Amino acid sequence: MKKSLLYLTALLLSSAAVAQSVQTLRGGKVDDPDLPPGNYQPPKDGEPLPRDFVQQPPLIPHKIDGYEISLNFNKCLDCHAWDRATQMHAPRISITHFRDREGSELTNIAASRYFCNQCHVPQTNARPLVENTFTPVQGWRQ
Amino acid sequence: MDENNKTARRFGPFGLGALVAAFVVGILFWGGFNWALELTNTEAFCISCHEMRDNVYEEYRQTIHFQNRTGVRATCPDCHVPKEWFPKIKRKIQASNELWHHLLGTIDTREKFLAKRHELAQREWARMKANDSQECRNCHNYDYFDYSVQGRRANLMHMQAREEGKTCIDCHKGIAHRLPNIEQGVGVKTDALPADVLHQ
Repeated sequence: MKKSLLYLTALLLSSAAVAQSVQTLRGGKVDDPDLPPGNYQPPKDGEPLPRDFVQQPPLIPHKIDGYEISLNFNKCLDCHAWDRATQMHAPRISITHFRDREGSELTNIAASRYFCNQCHVPQTNARPLVENTFTPVQGWRQ
Repeated sequence: MDENNKTARRFGPFGLGALVAAFVVGILFWGGFNWALELTNTEAFCISCHEMRDNVYEEYRQTIHFQNRTGVRATCPDCHVPKEWFPKIKRKIQASNELWHHLLGTIDTREKFLAKRHELAQREWARMKANDSQECRNCHNYDYFDYSVQGRRANLMHMQAREEGKTCIDCHKGIAHRLPNIEQGVGVKTDALPADVLHQ
């Protein structure tokens, strides 16, 4: 009994110490107001960006400001759909996106893939919030 | 005979004064007409109707022609009313039909507007194609494009479009307002326009 109480106290103390050392990425308390957005610039339209890991969704190497993705229209498909890509000199959407959740192969992307920028995102010149030393695996380095 | 009689003979029974008066009235009338015409050629006038203010204007507010880094703007008439006198008067006379439909309440709710959007959009696209995107070209001139500062995609497509003799609206649809429902082969859509309408 006495021993278990000791363990419990030690656990509480150590978890308190851990809680103190955890820092938010924003550098403030949860209830602090958000930092003002930085003046980040998108890079100029360029070649496809390198990928860092095997299953990474390809990044968007151009601006997408004002591109409509709505019930009426999907601007991304206007260049990246298979029947548009050649004419627009754009990469085609991966054929993996043609399979719906029931496993049927469709003739175009499945509706569940409609919102492209849930996974595919453009880049800016913002600095990473924390430094990291991640390097891609051998076969994926460029 | 004295001088007065000579003047009367030369300018008719009302004399020089009447001629000057007619001249001044002419200036006032013409100036007033143009002033009133220009008054209808402002953003404030366009959005004085709720059909414009709540639908197309709200959409336009999100776009680069409304707000951008240099503050140069293209307001409603810059794109939708020709600058040249005769085309402008022609468009203004046509626009009186819009007043009529305002009174009829043709698009006085959001739902009515959305249901009619494909028709309205296509009419405007056809108008801009017919005049070779004249309103775009009042500011954007192919001859002065600096391809070296355009992005990779813009550079490629603009040069290609120029060779093919395309006009701005052939590609740049839905840049200041939302697009109507377009069939893109994803999911099930009803009442959608074929995708071809965007690339004619």
